[in-house]
Amino acid sequence: MVRFEQVGLTYSTQGHRSVAPVLHDLSFSVPEGGFRWLVGASGAGKTSLLRLMYLAIRPTMGRLSLLDVDIGSARRHQLASLRRRIGVVYQDFRLLPHLSAFDNVALPLRIAGRSEGQIRADVAEMLRWVGLAGKLESPPETLSGGEQQRVAIARAVIARPRLLVADEPTGNLDEVQAERLLRLLQELSRLGTTVIVATHNQGLVSRHDAPSLRLDHGRLVS
Amino acid sequence: MARSRLRPRGFDDLGLQRALSDRLLPFLVAAMAFLAALALAGFLAAAGLADRWQHGAEAAVTIQVPAPAAPASGTEGTGATRLARVLALLHEDPAIGAARVLSAAELDALLRPWLGAGSRRLALPLPAVIAVRLMQPSASLDRLSRVLEKAAPGTLVESHSVWAGRLTALAESLQASAAIALLVVTAVAVAVVAVATHSGLATRREAIEIVHGLGATDRYIAARFAARAMRLALLGAIAGAASVLPVLLTLTTVAAPFGRLDAPAALAIPIGGLPPLLWLSLPLLPLAAAVIGYLTAQVTVRRWLRRLP
Repeated sequence: MVRFEQVGLTYSTQGHRSVAPVLHDLSFSVPEGGFRWLVGASGAGKTSLLRLMYLAIRPTMGRLSLLDVDIGSARRHQLASLRRRIGVVYQDFRLLPHLSAFDNVALPLRIAGRSEGQIRADVAEMLRWVGLAGKLESPPETLSGGEQQRVAIARAVIARPRLLVADEPTGNLDEVQAERLLRLLQELSRLGTTVIVATHNQGLVSRHDAPSLRLDHGRLVS
Repeated sequence: MARSRLRPRGFDDLGLQRALSDRLLPFLVAAMAFLAALALAGFLAAAGLADRWQHGAEAAVTIQVPAPAAPASGTEGTGATRLARVLALLHEDPAIGAARVLSAAELDALLRPWLGAGSRRLALPLPAVIAVRLMQPSASLDRLSRVLEKAAPGTLVESHSVWAGRLTALAESLQASAAIALLVVTAVAVAVVAVATHSGLATRREAIEIVHGLGATDRYIAARFAARAMRLALLGAIAGAASVLPVLLTLTTVAAPFGRLDAPAALAIPIGGLPPLLWLSLPLLPLAAAVIGYLTAQVTVRRWLRRLP
């Protein structure tokens, strides 16, 4: 589960010029298996909030708990363990360009120390599910935007994460693929994964009713 | 975090083959290993010289017998000369290992710097010179001096221990210099690996952040870098140690006329032209380079990773 208690975030800068906080006094919680849309205008702070959730940065104020771990007091190896239970779909995909689609998707499993035999089976099945069975050995640069996004999604869910964070995961997908992805995310949520999806796609939000976290200038308005 | 079984060979999740160059780092380590091998050879050679000079000079004594042909004290009428009496006493003394009278030609060679060639033609009353080797370098010469003085008054006993001390101090200074050179080379090697690792971290920053974001521990990431640095350092040091062999063999050949076969065992009986101890030490250089590469990369990467949450 995810719990924010009066969390604030200010990015550090060089020099003495003060910088306004990008997130202010956020307090909310999402239970285990919960599904939340994260919406708001561009610049509202959605990406910063997601970065806090997948531990790319730490809050500068308040208290944050992820999967029953207090981030403020967690040690480095605990944070690493926590990240292995968090799946992330980045807006810019963040695939490793020197690895094939297969190796990109397999990476979380290899980092976690799974056996190679099981990895081969799981990754092949996942890439088949996202429609990329014929592109296992393709490097990301040879894939279209939509294909890269599907590889990124496959990588995020392959290890069956307990928390899944997605930043505009349907931006490069057609309607059919977008609906398939949402059904997958909802199934994961039903199975106990906490899912947070940031999106500008109002049509998607209206078709798939779920509670929303609405940000406006770094503050939670709903 | 458990290691994967059957992890694919050559799986390079961090793209380190593009980061830690397989040319520059091994070349620099090879150069360091070359210098370290020279310093090591110098250290061992200086150690051998110190031991040889100490062992040789301390045991050497020179005895000068003035008027060697004159009758010895208390032996008038027997025909025994002063020189013969001294030699007899030396041969009877258990502390004396060997005693040899220098020949006229050897005396000429000793006096040539002062008297020129043909010093015998000057009809100078030269003493007989006996080169003596003691059984124990530390044996006292006082008793011997008294005995010889009584048998042949005026006999002079000179120990070479003063020169032995000076030569030993020189050799020990050379040893210290070689040891300092080894330390400097080691420090430079550490710096080279650290700089190369930093460069690799900067080059592969994005990949490292992605892998870190997927839950890789500091140990996982540092181990990847350290393994590659260790392998490159090992290869470089092997090349460096191999390339120094012709140089050492050449130096050994040039220095051979100045060596002696009664040197300490570690430096005696050269194998292939080099002392046995050096053959044993050279393979340690690649091992040391591998350890330095591994540890330096580990420390460098772990410190860098601290900037990530």
